Amino acid sequence: MRNAIALTVSRMRLMMRNKMFLFFSLVMPLGFLFLFLGVFSRGNPFILPVMLAQVIAITVMGNYWGLSVQLVMFREAGILRRYRLAPVRASDLLISSIIANYLLTLPTIILEFVLARVVFHVLTIGNLATVFLLSTVGTICFASMGLIIASVTNTMQETQLINQVIWSVLLFLSGATLPLVTLGKHITQIAYYLPATYLVVGFQRAILHHAGALELIPIFISLIGTGAIAFILSAQLFRWDPDEKAPRKAKLWALAIIIPFLALGYWESGHVNLVSESQSFFDSGGQQRPQAPQTPQAPPQ
Amino acid sequence: MSTSIIEVQDLKKNYGAVEALRGVSFGVQEGEVFGLLGPNGAGKTTAVEILEGLRQPNSGSVSVCGMDPLSGGKSYKELIGGVLQSTALPEKMKVAEALDLFAGFYHRKRSTNDLLKRFGLAEKRGAFYSQLSGGQKQRLALAMALVNEPRVLFFDEPTAGLDPQVRREIYDIIEELKSEKKTILITTHYIEEAERLCDRVAIMDAGQIIKSGTPRELKQASAGTTRIEVRLARPDSVETLKGLEGVADCREFDGYYVVHSKAVPKTIVALVKHLESTGNELAGLEIATPTLEDVFIELTGRRLRD
Repeated sequence: MRNAIALTVSRMRLMMRNKMFLFFSLVMPLGFLFLFLGVFSRGNPFILPVMLAQVIAITVMGNYWGLSVQLVMFREAGILRRYRLAPVRASDLLISSIIANYLLTLPTIILEFVLARVVFHVLTIGNLATVFLLSTVGTICFASMGLIIASVTNTMQETQLINQVIWSVLLFLSGATLPLVTLGKHITQIAYYLPATYLVVGFQRAILHHAGALELIPIFISLIGTGAIAFILSAQLFRWDPDEKAPRKAKLWALAIIIPFLALGYWESGHVNLVSESQSFFDSGGQQRPQAPQTPQAPPQ
Repeated sequence: MSTSIIEVQDLKKNYGAVEALRGVSFGVQEGEVFGLLGPNGAGKTTAVEILEGLRQPNSGSVSVCGMDPLSGGKSYKELIGGVLQSTALPEKMKVAEALDLFAGFYHRKRSTNDLLKRFGLAEKRGAFYSQLSGGQKQRLALAMALVNEPRVLFFDEPTAGLDPQVRREIYDIIEELKSEKKTILITTHYIEEAERLCDRVAIMDAGQIIKSGTPRELKQASAGTTRIEVRLARPDSVETLKGLEGVADCREFDGYYVVHSKAVPKTIVALVKHLESTGNELAGLEIATPTLEDVFIELTGRRLRD
């Protein structure tokens, strides 16, 4: 634990000095906040909290992208080799990466809430305890997913390519950017199996319905399950040297991280209509019970 | 009889079809500076990285301080320090932070301030890693290798790519460590480095140790010959030069010949007579005692940096 703490402090210092990190972890999420709440919401007080939930979800999901790139960059530069010569375990490095990212993501989320309230006058900020728990578990889950991508890819180009594909799916098919009601019947079926969908839905329920953590138990279990599987696998598949190549089998192992969300998606698709829930959020800021939409439609103005 | 602190027996390592190590064996005594000398691709780095616990051998046995580097885990890492051939630190990490961070990984540690002073980095303590020169980076790497006061140090090509001035600075540091009776295993392809720093040297080529001993022993074993470097106005036949009186061996390099002679005056007289008879001229002649490079050439037929 001593090593993990020392590495966490070091990682945080390095991240604070990295302009790219500051851009992606602070400037971009705030850009999303102003874009969604200032432009896309068109001042509709019902939609503001819905979009705040989407922005918070995107901020948390951003940990996925950042960590995988960092780890591959460190491996390619030969930095991890030097740590390997010291009494440092792969798990020390992985834990410190997640904690450092988490501790630097939290202030951004707090700032987003403050700006939402002060600048955009968002009426409800929901159940903050649930939002905090969801941010914590979500960060650990998405950061671990990033780590496993770093563990099974061999080059930065490969990492970036896989990241682009997965990130696009998470961002555009989960309701984080485009509301599920606008995506069409078949695409929304995919959304049922994406961790990002449940992160967005979780934040929307916490902010709009004031949902407590117990009401989001399946979401928490899935996020924790995926995070745990991803962390254990990335510690097992961790590579210190740029010349150690990931075996093809490793990529198949990485697919195991979607198991909790396959189970949740299967269960949710039989019990909850995410599309009608999404529709209800946009119709009335979540004040009404969800109803199944007849046709896909854009958010009301 | 003293026991070896490093013991390597019949070490073999393959990378796919490539045999990087083909049965390497050697031992290093406590307080000794032992050098692995050889060209790139000889297997030196593979051997050192196995000793550091960074690579797994295909077969053979390795023991350092009585421990197996692979299974020794954290306790083993506490005992060793090293400078890797290709490594780096994050660009935005400060010099003092790097030493503090790595010192924090060990139970036994040295003061960062002492290390900064000793390695001439006190003024750079707040500088980012990316702002350091090649020599400063290497001095920091050496300082980091010492943060835990290790019993055994592994230096893998510690001066590769550095200019001669910086190389000499690094030699001074290693000589200081030598005077402190640190056990050091150093790999190099620089002859002068091996001759100046090492108590004993093992010459490696193509994954094998082809000769080992003190630098003096190795040079003496070079057939007791004297090295004569000959430059001619026009090319001549190596076989003809080999036939001159007193010549033990002759090899041709880029425009010059290295002749190993057992009787220098007789060889020179014979050479001059031969050149007169063939109408050739002597463009240059240099006499020197054999170097480790000559020993390497004698053993492999190639130069170290070929």
